[in-house]
Amino acid sequence: MAQYTLTTPLTSEDTKKLKAGDTVLLNGTLYTARDAAHKRLVELIEKGEELPFDLEGSVIYFVGPTPPKPGDPIGSAGPTTSYRMDSYSPTMLKNGSKGMIGKGKRDQAVKDACVEYDGIYFGATGGAGALLGKQITSAEVIAYPELGPEAVRKITVKDFPVTVINDTYGNDLYQMGRAEYEVTE
Amino acid sequence: MREIEFNDIVKAVRDIIVHCGTDLPQDTYDALKEAMENEKSPVSKEVIRQILENADIAKDEKRPLCQDTGLAVFFVKVGEDVKVKGGLLRDAINKGTEQGYTDAYLRASTCEPFSRANLKDTVGYNLPAIIHFDIVAGDKIDIEYAAKGGGSENVSRARVFPPAAGKAGIINYVKEVISDAGGNPCPPITVGVGIGGTFEKACISSKHALFRDIGSVNEDPEMAEMEKDILDEINKLGIGAMGMGGTKTALAVHIESNPCHIASLPVSVNVQCHSSRHTHITI
Repeated sequence: MAQYTLTTPLTSEDTKKLKAGDTVLLNGTLYTARDAAHKRLVELIEKGEELPFDLEGSVIYFVGPTPPKPGDPIGSAGPTTSYRMDSYSPTMLKNGSKGMIGKGKRDQAVKDACVEYDGIYFGATGGAGALLGKQITSAEVIAYPELGPEAVRKITVKDFPVTVINDTYGNDLYQMGRAEYEVTE
Repeated sequence: MREIEFNDIVKAVRDIIVHCGTDLPQDTYDALKEAMENEKSPVSKEVIRQILENADIAKDEKRPLCQDTGLAVFFVKVGEDVKVKGGLLRDAINKGTEQGYTDAYLRASTCEPFSRANLKDTVGYNLPAIIHFDIVAGDKIDIEYAAKGGGSENVSRARVFPPAAGKAGIINYVKEVISDAGGNPCPPITVGVGIGGTFEKACISSKHALFRDIGSVNEDPEMAEMEKDILDEINKLGIGAMGMGGTKTALAVHIESNPCHIASLPVSVNVQCHSSRHTHITI
């Protein structure tokens, strides 16, 4: 399993070299969105209206951070469970987004969209919010401030540690890992 | 009749919430450390290492362990010889919750079920707390607290079996619930199993089982053995830390069993994530 350092926005060239199980340190800009924000973003796409950020090559982080302590850009910021975004992610990938960061398994439609549109589903360590929050060097709410922790934020990350769960070849680390360690009688 | 000041309860509750938000309890920390040492998968081992590093950072820098700082859940035993002076006990717990979540920069994760709005003007900051009261003998108030995250709550389930299902049926059911959950509840998890009682009694028992220290032994030898059996079965599933594949899917299984109706065998499975933030105080 290889290790990479990548900077966003990601290209197909970037994503196609990644395989399930590879670890990546991400740098550059990420956009945060949970289900409430995804619902609005996908509605904009369907209406053909402009989005609050450029989807091309974007990596979306499924997170609702804690409030920042004074002097910090953001509070604790680990991933939320990703299946709640399953119904929206294929549309995001189809329209240029190249990556998602979350935790937990995705449905087949998301995995298929990763193959079709060169997208990657990255896993970050759930519950490691303090550690992951420290890798975020700036944060700014760019849409839907009324959603509070669920607002869309533009964040800058430095060496943000993630693992490739679903790659562009249809592999799934959760299935591979479990098959390796499952004990069947 | 012993009198306890309303504000003393507010402060005590505020303090445990602040503490639990950033300091992983020692029992959880030790269990994770042991899991890391014994985990066979290098990927899961690395995940648990990150979890422990996260706990160290959170403690040293007073940062929330996880961005999901949970709903505040309390089990409160009120002595019959106690009187709260200056207000209601429920209000004191809610006020302490609001202060703790605000002071420690914890996330307000409570919302209205359908609008999904966090209505600060009507429900307050992460309010209302979920409080289970009991009345006991004595002149003290005993408060057990846990921060309960959403990811692990979402995979929890309950079912009323026919009595014929027996122990084997329950063990299978728990295994099935955890298998379906995969990495979603942030393993390595603690599994609370409530058995018997009525439908809601089983659910509340499964929640309360999560408040027990990891590593403690069930006082009922039969249940202690069943806990071991279920834990072994769960760890054979291969889910591993954060679902990456591995041998340490659960740190512990805790069972609370109650007498039940002759026609029923209720069972509830409530899951807690690896960030098992829980504590206990007596006032």
